[in-house]
Parts: sequence; C-alpha cells; structure tokens
Amino acid sequence: MKGWGFQVDALDVARWQFGVTTVYHFLFVPLTIGLSVLVAILQTMWHRTGNERYLKLTKFYGKLFLINFAMGVVTGIVQEFQFGMNWSDYSRFVGDIFGAPLAIEALVAFFLESTFIGLWIFGWDRLPKRLHLAAIWAAAIGTNLSAYFILAANSFMQNPVGFRINPDSGRAELTDFVAVLTNKVALVTFPHTLAGSFLVAGSLVTTVGLWHVIRNRGSADTGAYRFATTFGSWVVLISSALVLLTGDIQGKIMTEVQPMKMAAAEGLYTTESPASFSVLTVGSLDGSREVFALKIPYLLSFLGTGDPNGTVQGINDLQAQYATQYGPGNYAPIIPVTYWSFRFMIGFGLATAAIALLVLWSQRKGRTPTSRWLLRAGLVMPVLPLLANSFGWIFTEMGRQPWIVFGEMLTRNGVSRTVSLTEVLTSFTAFTLIYATLAVIEFKLLLRYAKAGVPELSPDPEPTDDDTERPLAFAY
Amino acid sequence: MELTTIWFLLVAVLFTGYFILEGFDFGVGMLLPVLGRDDRERRVLINTIGPVWDGNEVWLITAGGAMFAAFPEWYATLFSGFYLPLLLILLALIARGVAFEYRHKRPEPTWKRRWDHAIFWGSAIPAVLWGVAFANIFRGVPLDADHEYVGGLTDLLHPYALLGGLTTLGLFLTHGAVFLALKTTGDIRHRARNLALKLGVGTAVVAVAFLTWTLTIRANTTALALAAGAAIALLAGLAAARTRREGWAFTGTALAIALAVATLFTALFPNVMPSTLDPAGTLTATNAASTPYTLKIMTWVAVIFTPIVLAYQGWTYWVFRKRIGIAHIPTH
Repeated sequence: MKGWGFQVDALDVARWQFGVTTVYHFLFVPLTIGLSVLVAILQTMWHRTGNERYLKLTKFYGKLFLINFAMGVVTGIVQEFQFGMNWSDYSRFVGDIFGAPLAIEALVAFFLESTFIGLWIFGWDRLPKRLHLAAIWAAAIGTNLSAYFILAANSFMQNPVGFRINPDSGRAELTDFVAVLTNKVALVTFPHTLAGSFLVAGSLVTTVGLWHVIRNRGSADTGAYRFATTFGSWVVLISSALVLLTGDIQGKIMTEVQPMKMAAAEGLYTTESPASFSVLTVGSLDGSREVFALKIPYLLSFLGTGDPNGTVQGINDLQAQYATQYGPGNYAPIIPVTYWSFRFMIGFGLATAAIALLVLWSQRKGRTPTSRWLLRAGLVMPVLPLLANSFGWIFTEMGRQPWIVFGEMLTRNGVSRTVSLTEVLTSFTAFTLIYATLAVIEFKLLLRYAKAGVPELSPDPEPTDDDTERPLAFAY
Repeated sequence: MELTTIWFLLVAVLFTGYFILEGFDFGVGMLLPVLGRDDRERRVLINTIGPVWDGNEVWLITAGGAMFAAFPEWYATLFSGFYLPLLLILLALIARGVAFEYRHKRPEPTWKRRWDHAIFWGSAIPAVLWGVAFANIFRGVPLDADHEYVGGLTDLLHPYALLGGLTTLGLFLTHGAVFLALKTTGDIRHRARNLALKLGVGTAVVAVAFLTWTLTIRANTTALALAAGAAIALLAGLAAARTRREGWAFTGTALAIALAVATLFTALFPNVMPSTLDPAGTLTATNAASTPYTLKIMTWVAVIFTPIVLAYQGWTYWVFRKRIGIAHIPTH
C-alpha cells in the first residue's frame, strides 16, 4: 500500500497488531495477577479476625477485580490465536518448543483460574466459608502460575535454550524441556513481572482507598479505607524494592545473553569501560551529535556487569560482530525506542513508589490526609505502573529486534506468508476498534464502582442446600 | 499406540469437550432473546451458565495450545488459512465474555439491551463458524506443497461447509435448550423443553444430511457407526425430553455432539488437513507433528493434569447443580 510517501506491508501491520494487542492485554493482566492475591489476603484477614471491615474490602476490591478480570480473559484468547494467524512461519519454526508451555499454561493454570473464579463469584452462599476462601486462593495461584509458563515461552525468544536446529527441516526442536523452563531469563523475568503486577494492584488499592479517605471524611467506613490505603502503599513499596532487585539481576543477564539490547538501552555506540548511564540525552541519537546529556558515571557498567569499571559492549562493535556471524544486515533495534522506553519504565516505576511514600507519610500516627495535591497525585498513581509495565514490555520486545527468536529467526521471516495486507489490516482495525470501545466502557465501570465505595453487608446466609426460593447471594 | 495417534486423539477429545461445554453456552446465549421475555427471565438464563462459562471456554484455549504443541504445522496452517472466520470468532468471544460480566453492572435498559445483543451475536457467530471450520478441515482445503493455505475466503464457503455450520448451529441450539430445561424451574423450563423438541427435529434432519454427506467424502466402518450413534443419541435425547427426563435428554444431546465430532475425526485420521490441490500438501498426524520428545513430555503433563482438571470442573457442576428460577434472581 502506498500513500503519504511511505509503504506499508502485511509485516508492518502484523507487528503493530502484536504490539497494540499485547500492550492492551497487559493493561489488565497485572491487575488480575496482583489483585487476585490482595483480595485473597483481605478475605483471609476476615477469616482470621472476623472483622467485617476486611469482608467489606474483600467484596469491594473483589468487584473491581472482576470488572478487570473479564477483559484480561477475552484479550488473552487473541494472544494464543495470533501466533498462528499472523506469525505462522514463526509457529512452524518454534512450535516444537513454544507450543508446550502454552498448552501447559492452559491445562495447568487457566483451568484452575477460570473454574475457581466461577466458584468464588457465585459461591458465597454455596460453599462452606473455608472452601470459598480456598477458591480465591486457587484462582490467584492459577493466575500467577500462568505468568510463569508464558514468560518461559517468551524467554525462549530472548535467550533460546534446550533446543537444536534440525538440519533437514531447518526447524527448532526441543532437546531439554527442563532447560526451557529453567531458562535464566525466565527465572528472573517471572519475579520481575509479578513484582511489577503487584505495583499496579497495590496502586489501585491505595488510590481508591485514599480517594474515600479524603472525600468521604467522617464516613462509617473510614477505618476500612484508611487500612486499604496503608495496605496498598506497603504493597507498592515492597514490590518496588523487588522490581528494582530483580531488574538489576535482569540487567546483568541481559548484558550476557543479549548485549545488543543493553547497548540499545543506553544508546551506547562504542564499547566503554567504565560506561556511564545517561538519565536523559538531548540531541541526535544516531551517535553523530550529542547536544546535552545528564550522565551518571560508572552506572551502566555497574548495571550491566556488577563492576563499576566493567566493559559494556557498544552497538557498532556488536553490529560488526553479528554481521560476521549472521551475514550482512542491520542487527540493532530502533535506538530512540529502546533508549526512552527503558528510562520511562524506570522513571514511572520510581514515581509510583515515591507517591506511595507520600501517602504513607500523610497518614503517619493516625493523621488524616487532606491535601488536594496528594489526592491528585494519588489519582494518577495506578496509571504510572501501568505505563512502567507497558514501556518495560516495549523495551523487552523492541530491544530484541530484528530477531523474533534471538540469533535464530528474524521477525520478518516469522510472519504468515499467505495472509494478505487486507486481511491483517482488517484484523488490526477490528481489534483496535473493539479494544478502544471496551477500554472506555471498562474505565467508566471501574470509576463507577470505585466511587460507590464498600458495600453494606447483608446478613450472611449460611450455606445450605435448602434454598428453593431464596435469591442467590450473587447473580449476573 | 504411537504418540502422534495419542495426540490426534487428545486434540479430538479437547475439541469434543469444548463443543459439548461451550455448545450449551452458545445455545443459551442464542436463546436469550427467545426464551427470556423480560430482564428477570434473561438473568435466569444467563445465570445457568454464569459460574461455568469461563471454565468451558478454557477448553478452546487448551485445544488450541495442544494443537500448537503437538501439531505445529496443523496449527500454523489452520490459523493463518482460516484467518477471517477465526477473526470473527475471536471478536464474538470477546464481546460475549465481557457481556456476561458487565451486563448486570448498570441498571439502564439500554445498557442491558446492548449487552444482550453482544451475547446473542457473540454466541451465534461462533456456533455457525465452528461448523464451517471443521467441515473445511475435514473435506480439505487448497494447500500447496509447503502446507500453506492458498485459497481465499470463498473457498471456505461451499455448500458442504455451510451445511456444517447449520449443523453446529442446530446442535448447539438444541443442546442449549435442553440444558435450560435441565437447569431452570417454572415456566422457562417448560418453554425451553418445548423449544428443544421443535429445534431438535429440525436439527436431526440437518445433522443426518451433513453426516451422510460427510461419509460420502471419506468413510470407514467406525465412522459410519459413530455417525449412526450420533443420530440415535440425538433422537433418544429428544424422546427423553418429551417425557420430561431432562438429565437423560442432556446426556443425549451431549453424546450426539461428541459422536458427530468423533465421526469427523475418525474419518479424517490419519490426515489432519487434506489438501484439495496437491496430495503432497496434505497435513497428516505424522508430518504435522512435533518431535517424539515434545510429545512424550506433553503426554506426561496431560496424563497427570487432565484427571485433576476433570475432577474439579466436575465438582463445580455439582456445586451449582440446583435449578434456577426467577425467585432466585436478586432484585438489585
């Protein structure tokens, strides 16, 4: 297709579709991962203490959790289908390895998650209390487990292990499944992703609680909201620490297995030891001209190698090395994208933690926060870790380019050969439209239910089988 | 038995499970405007599948994952080849899944009506397209020597495939009506049962026509027996519905779906996707398969986890075994 002086082909649209649908899917997944556990913890606290405050919070955040959960589920199916639809040559190439974690994810994790979510939603008056509590924990475990398998699959694309290339078919074949599941990239990406997810969930809990603390002063439920605000802030602070810790380990593994990605994160063209980390750079990023840069000496060396004087390879040297190894071609990702997404990831993550600290400080020694500025900062809080997560994934995936499987297959060779531009455009447009519509609906619903506050508790019906005429405790 | 045969069977079983379970979900969704005369009745219908629809849909995700893991070539060719039908199925499943969760979240009638449309179309579109897709898988499609689909959309919409779509539509409608007769009380139950009988007769005619056509394309004795079994099961289910034995009626329609799917897979084996162009392009359980090592690992995972999944999913159905009537719907 020609127009506006540039050309678009099916490959470009397939890439955009993958980017848009995946970033979109991952707006909902972190909340599902994190909030399932936080709701399970709240419900456990209710069981342990009998304090109705925790039951109210369980039901309140449970509702927000479910509004979000539905979106995660339906956008997830697209992800599984998309590999075959748009990336069928990739699927043929890695199917022997990549399909297994996907199938296991469905069998082991998704069934657990979906079945026990159903039991939890509809089981308030159907299950004994303990079993009902177990249901939310089972769902939370299923959700968190699913992250492991899909990250193991993704880690194979970053750092392929446990395979060989069959010389006859030219395809990747699994030789060691344990190696795939214990890929060092997977082992560190999993806790990093979970911590990033709890950052989102903790932020949502904090924001909603804080809004009610400030706006609904004097409400009978202020105690519950205060608790939620503090609880959420601590979740944010602990997960930020874990994000930093795991991110640091990731940086070192990345330097080892994907040095080009590390160089692209800094826009480091020439190999340096020690290498500094620039907080921001103004000027041309093609390395030809640098107008202004705020640099922290030794930091990149330390991030990448653990040694402040360590050597970090530059893009130009790696490009030359890859050209010798894989043949002529451009083996560097789009540097402005990797450079800025890396910084946005870190920046938005740190900002989230800073707000959580402010919120905790504002509630110190039983104080009630009143500041409008704090409320405003609190309201943007959930958006920040969502941005951090999105930029983290954009960095991870864009930093791997031009490879779809690092060192083994180029992205442009993975696309479906028989799918036409019209077909991909149709699909990309359709997904974008339906996703945008649903985003507006979902956001409004979340706001509505967040503002409505914790529910009034009706007398708890005892679980019984003799309920021929009694209304269900929960119904769609 | 060879590993590839085991996995052919497992993929068939997963799709069979999917069609039985989400089959009645689709049926309920399509019958929403027919059997649900007002909002309260529609809520009764939706709540019969409320706790289970999501778990039912995971059968599809598992079937897709199993196909990817065990037969990557089949997965790649099928999903890239049947592009637009699968896109429509995805859009339908998205709208429908969100609709179940969001419909009751606001009281406005307009809001509910919009989600009712999403539930109806989100159920009807996949109900037809799955039949179209499986009829095409069975009959064969234009695949070149590299196993790539070289046809267009119109190559998928021939009379045999459309009859396949009509068959799954009818089967899921009948199955859904029988399920509603089994799961509801009062007036809805009677209307569901009566509708099931009417739909069932029409479906029986369509299904027999489709299975007969199927057996003229490719057949063996087992497939013939299975097809006959499917017809008998459907008729027996309808007979049970007539005499108000709804549990047996549901068993009948579930068996009919299972045996119809089994007919297709049995007559298809050892192929998984025949080529109508070049015999070398035909995908078989052997040339589409993963390596024995991958299949062996996947077999162990399936052997260990499938019984566990069946146990807890079965238990869910036991927990929510009670019939639902309008008295059970909360007023808010």
